[in-house]
Amino acid sequence: MVIIGAGECGGRAALALRDLGYDGPVTLVGDEPHLPYERPPLSKEAMASDAPEIKAIASDAVLVERSIRHIHSVQAVAIDRAAHRVRLSDGSVLPYDKLLLATGSTPRKLPMPGLGVRCVYLRTFADALAIRGHLGAGNRIAVIGGGFIGLELAAAARKLCAAVTVIEAQPRILMRGVPAEIAEIIHQAHVAEGVDIVCGQGIASIADDGRQVYLTLAGGREISADLAIIGIGAVPVTGLAAEAGLTIDNGIAVDAELRSSDPDIFAAGDCCSFPLAVYGGRRVRLEAWRNAQEQGALAAKNMLGAGEAHAAVPWFWSDQYGLSLQIAGLSDEGRNTVRRDLGDGAFILFHLAEDGRLVAASGIGPGNAVARDIRLAEMLIGKRAKPAPEALGSQAVKLKSLLAA
Amino acid sequence: MSDWVEACAAGDIDEEDVMRFDHGGRTFAIYRSPDDDYFATDGLCTHEKVHLADGLVMDDIIECPKHNGRFNYKTGAARGAPVCVNLKTYPVKVDAGKVLVQIG
Ligand SMILES: Cc1cc2nc3c(=O)[nH]c(=O)nc-3n(C[C@H](O)[C@H](O)[C@H](O)COP(=O)(O)OP(=O)(O)OC[C@H]3O[C@@H](n4cnc5c(N)ncnc54)[C@H](O)[C@@H]3O)c2cc1C
Ligand code: FES
Repeated sequence: MVIIGAGECGGRAALALRDLGYDGPVTLVGDEPHLPYERPPLSKEAMASDAPEIKAIASDAVLVERSIRHIHSVQAVAIDRAAHRVRLSDGSVLPYDKLLLATGSTPRKLPMPGLGVRCVYLRTFADALAIRGHLGAGNRIAVIGGGFIGLELAAAARKLCAAVTVIEAQPRILMRGVPAEIAEIIHQAHVAEGVDIVCGQGIASIADDGRQVYLTLAGGREISADLAIIGIGAVPVTGLAAEAGLTIDNGIAVDAELRSSDPDIFAAGDCCSFPLAVYGGRRVRLEAWRNAQEQGALAAKNMLGAGEAHAAVPWFWSDQYGLSLQIAGLSDEGRNTVRRDLGDGAFILFHLAEDGRLVAASGIGPGNAVARDIRLAEMLIGKRAKPAPEALGSQAVKLKSLLAA
Repeated sequence: MSDWVEACAAGDIDEEDVMRFDHGGRTFAIYRSPDDDYFATDGLCTHEKVHLADGLVMDDIIECPKHNGRFNYKTGAARGAPVCVNLKTYPVKVDAGKVLVQIG
């Protein structure tokens, strides 16, 4: 068993193969120099710490104990499907029976001239260390893109007293996947903390002299900053798969069992698109931590022949200041919304399809105020339940009681 | 060591639910199982020190509110990624309608 990509998904898959009792060779190949590690803290805890540390998914000792061979700092460069072999950048060749591609995604590049060393992206621990070095009192940070990573970094930079401007080309922040009502709460939280948010304006030009970045917005406003952090989404890493002739469709295309167009090659996590059963097989690609974990575990099962179909409901969270957002399901599946207030300003929006089926739930509030109800909503979504809107909207009705119904 | 501490009244917790209990600078989680027994564990998740009392109880399982890590609250055993370190558990008894925890 060979796994390419030693991130969240690859790391979990390797551990899962052992949990499932497989005792043949397991090799995990990654091009980063680290143990498999968690990325979510990179825009959160790592930015708050003076000496950020890697949050490893498995220690060296665990990898040794579980006989997982981890080859780091080496890239897989070609797959010979006929011979069942992967060639690595150090010239070595790995034979495989089953191969898992867990190559993840990479930040979408801003397609503009003028970018230099003061224009950065965040994906890896190395990126996080570089950014962390620039956050601090007196520094001016421009965040290009009002998505989750950009906003989490804006919050972190404010905590360290940097001056922060967020520039979003869309009419509001978090256009993709977050209801306007919730995006507005997050917007207001940033404004209250002193972040300058500019929406509805793209960037007309960028210049970077190696010490500062000079931005001109479409409306003419000029902004100079010590660092520009670009967070305009991510693209799946599919080069290796495409060159091997596997089908690509917004990611490496896999079936419900996470099998690619080659039956001996699986793909999972940020790099793959798959049919989401809960929405009638709609093909999606998720960039979410729990999905990477669950798909890693499912791919491991199916590499061992289980033939189990993916059935999970998408789930995502983000933390900014004291606020925590959680979303279960994909809210664009909904036609109607019902709001449930939970106290302390926390609330959940339930998204219902035309036929009354609960398809998604988005919640925001201080700390973990929405967690329990979002989790219950996720189970209702998974059951394709059609709860009464009045019950969803009423705090007096426990969601758990709807689940039993 | 029999330092039993009163955590709450038995009726304060619903069946299949959890409550936070702070004592002496420490934080605990007190559970009432579906079959009406009481249990206690450390209050913070072993993944990122989040209060488990905001989580969801299902049968023998407490699910962390932050990233859905799972523990069996009766034994403290970690039951699913991302948690891998077990929770510490504490003896509990119910006496005259009070839930007592031996926090040792
Ligand atoms: C800053 C940040 C914050 C995030 N916060 C959240 C959050 O709050 N909530 C949430 O749900 N999700 C969050 N995510 C998303 C989550 O981290 C990802 O969905 C998850 O990491 C995906 O796992 P993966 O294993 O598919 O890909 P990755 O973790 O990207 O791992 C892929 C690995 O494969 C390597 N690789 C690629 N090609 C090759 C090759 N040819 N040979 C060898 N190695 C290769 C890559 O270098 C990388 O190390 C965040 C992501 C980032 C970057
Ligand atoms: S903090 Fe509990 S699972 Fe992460």
